[in-house]
Amino acid sequence: MATSILDRTAAPAAKTALGAPNPGRRRINRTLKYALLMLFVVIVLIPAYVLFITSFKGSADADPSRAWFLPTTWETGGWAKAWTTLAPALGRTFALVVPAAIISATLGSINGYVLSKWRFPGANVVFTLILFGMFIPYQAVMIPLTQLMSNLGVPQGVPSLMLLHIVYGLPICTLIFRNYYESVPSELIEAARMDGAGILRTYASVIFPISAPGFVVVLIWQFTSAWNDYLFAAFFSSGRNGPVTIALSFLAGGQLTDYGASMAGALIASVPTLLVYILLGKYFVGGLMSGSVKG
Amino acid sequence: MLRRVKHWGPGLLLLAPTIILVGVFVYWLIIENFRVSLTNQHTAKPSNKYVGFENYTNLLADPNFQHSLWNLLILTIVFLGGTLIFGFLWAWMLDKPAKGEGFFRAVYLFPMSVSFIASGVVWRWLLSSLQTDQPGGERTTGLNRLLDSVGLGFMQNDWWSNPTWGIAAIAVPAIWQLSGYVMALFLAGFRGIPEELREAARIDGCSEWKLYRHVIFPQLNPVMLSAVIIIGHMSLKLFDLIRAIVPDANTYDVQVPATMMWVKYIGSDYADAAAIGMILLVLVALVVVPYLMYTSRAEKR
Repeated sequence: MATSILDRTAAPAAKTALGAPNPGRRRINRTLKYALLMLFVVIVLIPAYVLFITSFKGSADADPSRAWFLPTTWETGGWAKAWTTLAPALGRTFALVVPAAIISATLGSINGYVLSKWRFPGANVVFTLILFGMFIPYQAVMIPLTQLMSNLGVPQGVPSLMLLHIVYGLPICTLIFRNYYESVPSELIEAARMDGAGILRTYASVIFPISAPGFVVVLIWQFTSAWNDYLFAAFFSSGRNGPVTIALSFLAGGQLTDYGASMAGALIASVPTLLVYILLGKYFVGGLMSGSVKG
Repeated sequence: MLRRVKHWGPGLLLLAPTIILVGVFVYWLIIENFRVSLTNQHTAKPSNKYVGFENYTNLLADPNFQHSLWNLLILTIVFLGGTLIFGFLWAWMLDKPAKGEGFFRAVYLFPMSVSFIASGVVWRWLLSSLQTDQPGGERTTGLNRLLDSVGLGFMQNDWWSNPTWGIAAIAVPAIWQLSGYVMALFLAGFRGIPEELREAARIDGCSEWKLYRHVIFPQLNPVMLSAVIIIGHMSLKLFDLIRAIVPDANTYDVQVPATMMWVKYIGSDYADAAAIGMILLVLVALVVVPYLMYTSRAEKR
């Protein structure tokens, strides 16, 4: 499943030459296509370029006429300021995102297993009802949610956000694992059942050992979306105990922005998810797909 | 009977924590939110006096809220249109075997991995509209300055500082961020079309355009539907990006229900905030519920 869905399944390239009347025109078309593809690369990378150069600019380059040029002197003051501001929040974000991802993935795996291999009457309805939780605008529960959390006595900051990312991550985790387990042949389960293994034994001996790809996809998905969350953070934390998105919004907010520091901060805050994307890109795409394309 | 319970019981038991959590944190809270939206709790002081649908009628009659709905409509149309066009174009160009395909794919998709808050920092600068009244003004920065220096000065504009169309400028970074995702969806769709189908059509003398019109596009419909649902519901909920780009949450030009809800919450107007939440929920449900029903029916078949 996760072995890059986007890679072509050995489509014979030579065959497409069948209806090619004019090799010269084809070459022009190809050049045109690459020119266009490169143009889009440049456009897509413009914000990254601006982030990078601005983060190294000092007051010498403050003049707007220098806005799009490389820094005259490469200053690291912005980076230092951003790092001191964001470091504590970075620690908190890791502390809340990692456990949240692991717990919701584990629950999602068990749910997916039950909903695909240990069905009960009405399992599909239950599944659809769980799935709906993935689509609701959280604004529709936010007001009573703040009330509920304070009634439950869950402290603001890391504990609140961890709980919320687990709970509201359950639908997507369940969905991904259910779709993943659908492709596991039922005979495997039946065989274990015949041997008298119960639901948990079957999970532990048959399902869990083959779940690694599913876990990678789900963990990446949960890590990225919890890391990038701002909405829950805005309602359930403050600059003192909030995650990195909150700290960054304080650093970059206000009318008078220190663009050097805030752009360095934006880069710092993006490093973990960018690393995940670069190192585990194909699984990242796998998560994106499983949230949408069935089968 | 007992045998059946023995058969299903353990499964239900394992699912119980999730059923309870989702039951409480999604369904019960929605009901509770609806209840709050019917009260007159417009200050921090708790109040349980029910006023029926008064908050809803007041909101719908409020020009500010009407404007936020208009903004939401424009945002969604531009956001959807942009991501579908770029997503399709990129997927189409990368569908045929191409050198360096992996590189292009990776670049187009990377903005997706960054948070709206982080990308908002740079887009806030890019979309700054200082002194656009004097083209090439000294203080002009961001995209306006770039456009001016590459000879596209006529494209300079006020970006989001415009009450009618300003919200469309917010869609620009959103499109930048999610076109790659739509591309990935379309690529998966293209790859799902069996090569034999194309061959058969070509052998039948189908022109390239007819091939797309009658063979490829119909096959892409489910993917297109997924893209519309996912981008559409993201757009309805969009909050972070606007907060990151526009310093003041209560900015008329770019007000949408999600930001207005935040403003009401900060002002302790819980009843109005809850009502806006309900309206958003109804809008999202109008899009998502038919989709969920469609997919669960399609699965049964």
